[in-house]
Amino acid sequence: MMRTSPARMALYVIGALVLVYLILPVLIIAPISFSSARFLTFPPPSFSLRWYEQYFSNPAWMQATRVTLTVALLTVLIATPFGVAAAYAISQSKLRIMRLIHMALLLPLVVPIIITAVGIFFVYAKVGLVATMPGLVLANVMLGLPYVVISVLAGLQSFDPAQEMVARSLGMNRLRSFFAVTLPQIKSSVVAGGIFAFISAMDETIVALFISGGQYQPLTKRMFTALRDEIDPTIAAISTLMTAASFMLVLLASTRQTKGG
Amino acid sequence: MLALVSPALLVILALIVLPVGWLAWQSIYHDGFTLENYRRVFTEDVYWRSFALTFEISLAVTVIALLLGYPVAYLANSVPKGWSILILSLVVLPFWTSVLVRAYAWLALLQRTGVINQFLRYLDVISEPLALVHNTFGTVVATVHILLPFMVLPLYATMQKIPNDLMQAGASLGASPSLTFMRVFLPLSLPGVLAGCTMVFVLCLGFYITPELLGGGRTVMVSMLVSRNVELYNQFGAASAVAVVLLLSVLAIFFVVSRFISLDRVLGQK
Repeated sequence: MMRTSPARMALYVIGALVLVYLILPVLIIAPISFSSARFLTFPPPSFSLRWYEQYFSNPAWMQATRVTLTVALLTVLIATPFGVAAAYAISQSKLRIMRLIHMALLLPLVVPIIITAVGIFFVYAKVGLVATMPGLVLANVMLGLPYVVISVLAGLQSFDPAQEMVARSLGMNRLRSFFAVTLPQIKSSVVAGGIFAFISAMDETIVALFISGGQYQPLTKRMFTALRDEIDPTIAAISTLMTAASFMLVLLASTRQTKGG
Repeated sequence: MLALVSPALLVILALIVLPVGWLAWQSIYHDGFTLENYRRVFTEDVYWRSFALTFEISLAVTVIALLLGYPVAYLANSVPKGWSILILSLVVLPFWTSVLVRAYAWLALLQRTGVINQFLRYLDVISEPLALVHNTFGTVVATVHILLPFMVLPLYATMQKIPNDLMQAGASLGASPSLTFMRVFLPLSLPGVLAGCTMVFVLCLGFYITPELLGGGRTVMVSMLVSRNVELYNQFGAASAVAVVLLLSVLAIFFVVSRFISLDRVLGQK
């Protein structure tokens, strides 16, 4: 058996420590959410579901949850077709301007989100979209678009456009050949892109802080305000549920992606 | 084809290009053309200190993320496939947790009555709780945690492309493992280092939630300056000028970096 060199041992130890640092905060929330203590105490005195009860019985939290889920769902329904159409056009067209457009569609990832948020707030204030559902959805569509575009472009890279040509030479029009030939083959990356847009809308906080209000406040905005005031374990319960939801969706998206397409 | 991109493009134009343009306009125009906002940003102490602090924190976060991320990426690259998948999954797992959730987790861990302080007192290591949060320390710890995946992923992608033969060639020529690492592996991994550092630094410049929740009001980063000028003081011109300076800094960094490596490499990760 080969002996592990001291340098190698050090590498293992450092690597393990960094991984603990990465994972510990994600893992710590669940036990807190099931603790009976009003304040954080270690070790937790006993098991309880009171923070979950508090979340599910609070009308404000429930309303915020409904807003979040509605916004995320509408975002996916709009961002996915927009993104797929754009990605398809970018991959097929030889127009010079497409490169520029491609870059423009990735802008939401480049511009610091605080700038986007304040800018949208000013524009919305002029057109009366502050504290409205359409305003919230539209902003999230913009933020979710890059995920759909990136994912679908990746899917289209492994797709041979000649297949669509064949369908068209056999008499299908462009639209029909897209739905019959291309879409089924890139379906996985479309679904993955949609899921990423959903997660992005579910987690979005900063834009919501500026443009949402009244009855249309998503969960993240209420959580942020609550966190500024005190560390209420109800938020641990909500966080645990959100994390579980994200992970299930990511798992779904990645199994989709590895199936090819 | 242009018809197909237009819905997406319209959304982008209306919700990012127009708003940013509006900010730029508002920063120089208020009842006439003015550079007053920029003069304030560059001369008033509050603004200067905030910009300086933001760059300092971003630099510290980038260096720490590199020091923590490099060994992890190296490890993931040098172990059998099953292990490397496990390591990378652990790296991206927190990536998919909401930033807000992670801010809560760090508060729960670091605050005076938090898990770490409670644990240390339980073990009798300390008698008084340590001030781990509501300061710059807490901000940096949580920010590095959020940005670390942006460092590890490009590093790993670059390291994977370094052919193993080169290392063996180095060894067969009599170089020690550490010398081969320093002379062959490290230089070849530099594009990944640059890509990771750029992403972490740029993202950190614009961070808002983490310093706001973990900084305790003392760590005023540029983004907080923007939001305070809007929400508390109604100083839209000043907020816009700060936002424009921040955006220009980010674009300048991307521009300089694009001279050395392709931007796809930097932005490809998320």
